[in-house]
Amino acid sequence: MKKSALALGLVVGALVGTPALHEASAQESVYVPLFTYRTGPFAGSGIPIADGMRDYLEMLNQRDGGIGGVKIVIEECETGYDTKKGVECYEAVKDKKPVLTNPYSTGITLQLIPRASVDKIPMLSMAYGLSASADGTVFPWIFNPPATYWDGASVMVTYMAQQLGGFDKLKGKKLGLIHLDAPFGKEPIPLLENLAKEYGFELKLYPIAAADMQNQSGTWLAIRRDRPDFIYNQGFGAMNPTAVKEAIRNNYPVGKMVGVWWAGGDDDARGGGAEAKGYKALSFNQTGVDYPVMQDIIKHVFDKKLSKVENRNRIGEALYNRGVYNSMLIAEAIRTAQRITGKKVVDGADVRRGLEGLDITEARLKELGMEGFAAPVRVTCADHNGHNKAFVAEWDGGKYVKASDWIEPIKNKVRPLIEAAAKEYASSNTGWPKRSEACDKPS
Amino acid sequence: MDILYSIFVDPFMQMGSAPDLLVQTLWEGFVGGILYALIALGFVLIFKASGVFNFAQGIMVVFAALTLVGLYEKGVPAFLALAITIGVMFVLAYAIERVVLRPLVNQPDIILFMATFGLTYLLIGLGEAIFGGNPKVMIAEQLYLPKGAIDLKILGGVVTLQKIDIAAAIIALVMIGALSLFFQYTRIGRALRAVADSHKAALSVGISLNQIWVIVWFIAGVVALITGIMWGARSDVSFALQVVALKALPVLILGGFTSVPGAIVGGLIIGIGEKIGEFYWGPLVGGATESWLAYCIALVFLMFRPQGLFGERIIERI
Amino acid sequence: MFYREAGQFKTSYAADMAIFPILQDRIGLAVILAIAFIAIPLFGSNFLIQTVMIPFLVFALAAIGLNILTGYTGLISLGSGAFMGVGAYACYKLTTIFPGVNIIVWILASGFFAAAIGVVFGLPSLRIKGFYLTVATLAAQFFLQWSFVRIPWLYNYNASGAIEVPQRLLAGIPVTGANATPVTRYLVLLSIVILLTWIASNLVHGRIGRSWMAVRDMDIAAELMGIRLLPAKLLSFAVSSFYCGVAGACMMFLWYGGGEANDAFNINQSFTILFMVIIGGLGSIIGSYFGAAFISILPTALKFGLPAMGIALSGPVAEHLNYIILGVLILFFLIVEPHGLARLWQVGKQKLRVWPFPY
Repeated sequence: MKKSALALGLVVGALVGTPALHEASAQESVYVPLFTYRTGPFAGSGIPIADGMRDYLEMLNQRDGGIGGVKIVIEECETGYDTKKGVECYEAVKDKKPVLTNPYSTGITLQLIPRASVDKIPMLSMAYGLSASADGTVFPWIFNPPATYWDGASVMVTYMAQQLGGFDKLKGKKLGLIHLDAPFGKEPIPLLENLAKEYGFELKLYPIAAADMQNQSGTWLAIRRDRPDFIYNQGFGAMNPTAVKEAIRNNYPVGKMVGVWWAGGDDDARGGGAEAKGYKALSFNQTGVDYPVMQDIIKHVFDKKLSKVENRNRIGEALYNRGVYNSMLIAEAIRTAQRITGKKVVDGADVRRGLEGLDITEARLKELGMEGFAAPVRVTCADHNGHNKAFVAEWDGGKYVKASDWIEPIKNKVRPLIEAAAKEYASSNTGWPKRSEACDKPS
Repeated sequence: MDILYSIFVDPFMQMGSAPDLLVQTLWEGFVGGILYALIALGFVLIFKASGVFNFAQGIMVVFAALTLVGLYEKGVPAFLALAITIGVMFVLAYAIERVVLRPLVNQPDIILFMATFGLTYLLIGLGEAIFGGNPKVMIAEQLYLPKGAIDLKILGGVVTLQKIDIAAAIIALVMIGALSLFFQYTRIGRALRAVADSHKAALSVGISLNQIWVIVWFIAGVVALITGIMWGARSDVSFALQVVALKALPVLILGGFTSVPGAIVGGLIIGIGEKIGEFYWGPLVGGATESWLAYCIALVFLMFRPQGLFGERIIERI
Repeated sequence: MFYREAGQFKTSYAADMAIFPILQDRIGLAVILAIAFIAIPLFGSNFLIQTVMIPFLVFALAAIGLNILTGYTGLISLGSGAFMGVGAYACYKLTTIFPGVNIIVWILASGFFAAAIGVVFGLPSLRIKGFYLTVATLAAQFFLQWSFVRIPWLYNYNASGAIEVPQRLLAGIPVTGANATPVTRYLVLLSIVILLTWIASNLVHGRIGRSWMAVRDMDIAAELMGIRLLPAKLLSFAVSSFYCGVAGACMMFLWYGGGEANDAFNINQSFTILFMVIIGGLGSIIGSYFGAAFISILPTALKFGLPAMGIALSGPVAEHLNYIILGVLILFFLIVEPHGLARLWQVGKQKLRVWPFPY
């Protein structure tokens, strides 16, 4: 029969397709799949991040022969920032014993959270994904260091207070939140409402529908009317450059506009031209190549033509360096896992312990060639985020420069929200497993 | 009562108390409407001449703008890049006519609609493969498009008019004028209208359908290029821009699929309507109403005129 | 040679009017069902079931739903994504409010909520026709999508703003949630899809289906023949939305396992389903399956199949190539057979009948 022949063909094709991507030689290597998006409407932010992530791991392979003498098998899987494709990627890599997954999309993260504990593959969603997963007692397999969106929003409020000269000066001020009208964009709202009540400032919301990311003039009319003292931009993709341009068009001082870390790509500000100077975004990593680690990447990866970056100037951009930072977390987690277990070739369960034991101190950062590049990160058994410091970076017309000190998030406001959200998640998902994984003693 | 007050009284009080903002809102709506109309215009031209509901118009906008900027980034001077892009749009039109339209002649509308979807996939793949997925900055200055703004001090406030918006409005109006003249007075234009009226009758008096189609798709391509430049100057040239093109659908439906003035009037109604709605009434329901308000406006109009404002009367016979 | 009905005599009108009058067709159907129910769960890898079969079945169900509206009744809808969303959110609310009731009951019941919403947005269809009607369905699409984000009650005020699928059991085996194995979810989904396909097939072959087709071919003529237009069109909207709603609930509960509306039920989803219907064949149930297979499986097959055949491409290049190939294939199939894959299938069967001695 023709139809069954067709079906059979598809079946065979798909079956063959499963294990195909790469035959990881399981003996002396760890398999690190990277879900990246170099295509699709969000490729602009996806490409530099993907390059940074890949190049750092490649550099470790070239310079040190991997981590602890074990080669890293790096494999990218293209998601196009599409949840369906991301889950396909997960299914394709799952059976190849990945030591962790790195989905790089909140949508994909949400889908994979329940599966992580079942498949025993930890997931690192660096400063995105589900904020509640910072609670390690409920989400033993999910990690989202170095900070959650709630931490980011609290850093924003602290920064605002610093600019005005103290938290008591916040009274009567207006903070506008321009955000993508989706769960990601709406996430900071409860925390900001909380803080607004506490400090007496007014919170104004400016949602942008996903379909209108590049068509914001209506929203900016409202901003002109309300004249908020500061704007916090929880945006993504094409929404950010449009927001910067609209701010300029509407004579809103760009210096008063601060984006979340995903609104801090070089392309986000570059489109605004000279007038975008002064645009700010939160960040937890420095830009530029004046760090030993960046020099090593250039020497061992870019100069050997192993990088996918075509233009050397793009190395050192904010999002490229964020990719490097992301891979540093991966590598350090694997290294910690090796130390804890004493094994060279670690698996997912070991790396979960490695992530929980993650303690990147100033001294360690210096060894990594990242002194001043990032703040120390510490993850514990109960706290899978760390609520680490961030700073405000300012666009100087060609790159982002650090424009504030490292600012501590208001942890005592954030943590209760996280624990409540985690508890709510566990109770509404009947059958959510109780944590059975033992905690390692902090070393 | 509070609700009634905030729906029926408060917005008008706001309009009265800050007339400058009202004028600004109207202006933004006008500009937005013109830009919607530009996208809709491309649809209308193609629908009129070939009866194809061209889903690919949105990606044509992106593709044209991307080609322009991509060439410039590769070192081609701005105006040469513009000329080459126009050439590319011609090649595209020719190829579409040859490969897609000709074999599908006389098929139901929905099949041709589907074909333009295949085209969309093809152009997305080609565009990304050639120029990459990075968003690009529109080369507005190199094309001598004006920058900056004019501040009008009227009505006790300031109304800011962006020069680029004024330029967009002028270019759009000139283009519409030129197209009307072209349709009215040139040989090709008349042939085009004949084709729009009836394919068979046009064929029987010796008009080459194939030639007309190439011309129409080419003009739609040029319109797409201009649209791409204008939208690109407002935000960035990226594949996300394709979504904005969907906004042309209510415009098109409101104005009628076959009417060039309809596209303009529809664009203005939608543009101004959604800006006023979002600005004065949006906060009541939490904002971001622009995503659906346009469709509801169009729906209300359609309830009274099912063929759109300027569409041809639908006459049905058994 | 093997596929011909010579010697199969019909002795009753019922047998003559059967949907599968030929013995070989019935055998073929049984073989396919056997493969779907037995062979795939036994021998298929999790990858095959999770990323190929489950999406295919969900999309097939949605495509059947839209085909009822667009293919059988001639009303073009671009709101199927949102109607799927209504089903998904309804199912989520129902199962969190009444956790004791079997989840399959709720998956099916959620269709009724989608149907109700569908009827509301179908009301303008009496007055507005053709492409103009799409504006009503687009209004539904964007308004509902906005509501999903805007009304926190729909997602139980949780912090992620997304549907979080709880674990539900069927006879002690988890059907939804992370602990449900792909095979279980696949079998449940398959049963739902086959049940609904059977109902749809009976609907479109019966009086109701014929009245829909009369409306499609010319609604004024249908009215003159005594078909009441408003009930016929609204019923079509209701049934179509019911199928889409169930598909949406299945998508969230049996495939995605959680997610949010902007991501899953956006306008692209609506377009995708419409294109499945068109490329599969308007007004054909089997066409819905073909269309769903073509548009949902092909990209996956290209992405993971090409490297398997030894054509190793880097991620983005492969993705671009996928787009190009998919675009070209759509054009190719439309040019070869504008009436969709279902028609191609018909032609193929016809050819097979006279093989090897065509006349």
